[in-house]
Amino acid sequence: MSDVILEMRNITKTFPGVKALNNVSFSVTQGEIHALVGENGAGKSTLMNVLSGVYPYGTYDGEIYFQGKECRFRDITESEKVGLVIIHQELALIPFLSVAENLFLGNERAKNGVIDWNESISKTAELLDRVGLHESPNTLITNMGVGKQQLVEIAKALAKEVKLLILDEPTASLNETDSEKLLELLLQFKAHGISSILISHKLSEVNKVADSITILRDGATIETLDCRKDTITEDRIIRGMVGRDLTHRFPPREKNIGEVIFEVRDWNVYHPLHEDRKVSTNVNITVRKGEVVGLSGLMGAGRTELAMSIFGHAYGTRISGTAYKHGKEIDISTIDKAIANGIAYATEDRKAYGLVLIQEVKNNITLANLEEISSRQVINEPQEMRVTGEYRDKLNIKCSSIRQLALNLSGGNQQKVVLSKWLFANPEILILDEPTRGIDVGAKYEIYTIINRLAGEGKGIILISSELPEILGVCDRIYVMRDGKIVGEMLASEASQEKVMKYIMTQQEVMEQ
Amino acid sequence: MKTLTALFKNNIRDYGMLIALIAVMVFFQVQTKGVLFRPVNITNLVLQNSYVVTMALGMLLIIVSGWIDLSVGSVVAVVGALAGVLMVRYDINWVVVVAISLLVGAAIGAFQGYWVAYLKIPSFIVTLAGFLMFRGLTIALLQGESVGPFPRGFQNISSGFIPDIFNGKGFHITTILIGMILSFILIWLDIRTRKNQQKYGFEVTPFYFFVIKNIGITAAVMGLCYLMASYKGLPNVLVLLFALIAAYAFMTSQTVIGRRIYAMGGNVKAAMLSGVNTTRLLFYTFVNMGVLAAVAGLIVAARLNSATPNAGDGMELDVIAACFIGGASPTGGVGKVIGAVVGAFLIGVLNNGMSIMGVGIDWQKVVKGIVLLLAVLFDVYNKNKNA
Repeated sequence: MSDVILEMRNITKTFPGVKALNNVSFSVTQGEIHALVGENGAGKSTLMNVLSGVYPYGTYDGEIYFQGKECRFRDITESEKVGLVIIHQELALIPFLSVAENLFLGNERAKNGVIDWNESISKTAELLDRVGLHESPNTLITNMGVGKQQLVEIAKALAKEVKLLILDEPTASLNETDSEKLLELLLQFKAHGISSILISHKLSEVNKVADSITILRDGATIETLDCRKDTITEDRIIRGMVGRDLTHRFPPREKNIGEVIFEVRDWNVYHPLHEDRKVSTNVNITVRKGEVVGLSGLMGAGRTELAMSIFGHAYGTRISGTAYKHGKEIDISTIDKAIANGIAYATEDRKAYGLVLIQEVKNNITLANLEEISSRQVINEPQEMRVTGEYRDKLNIKCSSIRQLALNLSGGNQQKVVLSKWLFANPEILILDEPTRGIDVGAKYEIYTIINRLAGEGKGIILISSELPEILGVCDRIYVMRDGKIVGEMLASEASQEKVMKYIMTQQEVMEQ
Repeated sequence: MKTLTALFKNNIRDYGMLIALIAVMVFFQVQTKGVLFRPVNITNLVLQNSYVVTMALGMLLIIVSGWIDLSVGSVVAVVGALAGVLMVRYDINWVVVVAISLLVGAAIGAFQGYWVAYLKIPSFIVTLAGFLMFRGLTIALLQGESVGPFPRGFQNISSGFIPDIFNGKGFHITTILIGMILSFILIWLDIRTRKNQQKYGFEVTPFYFFVIKNIGITAAVMGLCYLMASYKGLPNVLVLLFALIAAYAFMTSQTVIGRRIYAMGGNVKAAMLSGVNTTRLLFYTFVNMGVLAAVAGLIVAARLNSATPNAGDGMELDVIAACFIGGASPTGGVGKVIGAVVGAFLIGVLNNGMSIMGVGIDWQKVVKGIVLLLAVLFDVYNKNKNA
């Protein structure tokens, strides 16, 4: 048996009313990549928070051994001291400080409190080199893309002489190329003897790099699979996660596509700060009744910008172009006018833009259509409770009550609250921006089912997604965007991953040559 | 018993401050050998604090929106000064003056709200500028002197009492009657809420607790009315205050506007993307504050029966402290009207009790500062424990 670097024994953690972890045991051997998978709310993040000291010793039951010694961390600094570094899904970098300043934040290279800039900068250059990031140590974080920021986070972990690196959904907001790079890096670290724990919903990635996989479900360890001995298929992992076979990843849909109900013509949008930069150029799109239209493209292709500019000019300046509903021109120059005209936009960033986290589920669901549950400006609370209760049941939102705070729901359930909000606004055209980002297989399936049901009811749906299988599996027709332009359009029945990728990539290759 | 502990834990913020208020009242009642609860003192206490409570209602909305208003003390002064000058120097009818004053308050709120909401200048800076400008304008308007006295009708806003239609000979029967009606309304509302909650399967408080709570509230209302009745009855200001508190409590908890203000304070981007016109809403929040500051300015002027250059000096601090003591969050989205009112009265009782005991103004400020810190510490401690 190879040496065990980390062992967590019989961890139990309870929150008021819920047992988040029930007697979980988990161990990682020296120099392996250990994937931790499970549905949202299965307890992955809680387990990692227990490990890293976010939940201090005493607030949970059980024991943690790191390199053979029992650990009782009271906070993150203590766990980092022994070489245990966690990189959270939400990056913790300070935007207006440079890479070097961020790397040694809290760990400054200093003599008597005076920072040694020469050492900081040269050490930063060295660390950046190790993670394969070719940027000046003086670059401000705010000027870098998410992919590069993720690499800076990893370099920061290296600066702390990490022995066990924990990555919570590191590729959730990265495109394919950046994800690839990151996984490559993990394999390199492995060769240098650094172990890592990888939490991910992307099973293809897990399969690619993991040496072993531990599956959590409902706060308990279900099994640990060893990928070195036999090949583990994605279906095998999914079965462990959901406790049943998932025959179809995408639910089938009875197609009933009607006439064009929404159209955008000659849509041009400029960047809100750099006013001469165009983010959408001569975009023309149509949506038919009962149709799911996919908007594919790389990150930065301008999909979110386009969607938000259509949704009441919520993004961009100097917007020109016209929008038509049922052939008639409509005014969508402000968000409330867009909503009144039957357009809804469910954001890709549910925490920052989608939800009022400190408020109840109920208040979040009704926020975009308070008129419906009020008369003469006075809210009819019994009616509000009734309708929000209906949405909770219809969309299967798991919450202790509709009065629970949105803050305390898992990602998938938060997403369902965002969807409920827009369904309650009763739109005809629904723009869904990455609706399944960072949520688990089971919840994804539920979201797809909801999309199908809405299409069945005759709504037009625009689906923005970075996951090609999702675009191909759910949509009827696909637009491909690149640099703010529509560069391709095809029926899903005639599309393939390769074909879409070709549209996405061609121009870039031409430019690089 | 377990449910009761849980109930208390979940609502510790609401009950905690109320218990603190009662404890402070009992403490001063003992320390002042019964002076605090004398009818005349209770009446004075209400009159002295009416302007802080009035402005706390507007300030709460601004703090819930995620901003602050430092200028309200100066607005009190400038509105009082304007009213005084119009009534005394220009001899304009006091009713007209009240109307003009409220409009001026709205205009001041609109001015500051425009800078904050539309020009996106942080309110701390805008209202700090207002704090200086309106104090300066006050001194200019009054030419450095006090202006007064005012017509009887105007004075009555602050120093008048409601008439007794039953002529109880030294005991104000109308006051008792109003107290009874108010108690019935409160009990009826509570029963209705409880029924609704039961209907939707929410956990409700144990029945005995519900009964005790209502008896407590009724006792407090009737006790207050009894004390008032044995002096001169309900002051006009208190009636105005009751009406304002009821209106704002209703507005924040039951209306579309209230819901949107909390959403805006909780996450301005999410609110905006849900179709809430956050810019306009924020603007009107400041207009509202301006009007309430004008109301307070009129009450202060009427009470002193003169407009003075230093009226309302430092009042913004009492108002802001009342909101934070009452549980509002400096980051926005959290805070209740009742909390702010309890906070305002807590400060009021401290002021009044310490004055009776002969504690100097210096140490009064020290004590108020400590209370503010303790209240916020209590909040932070509870938040961390629940996280």
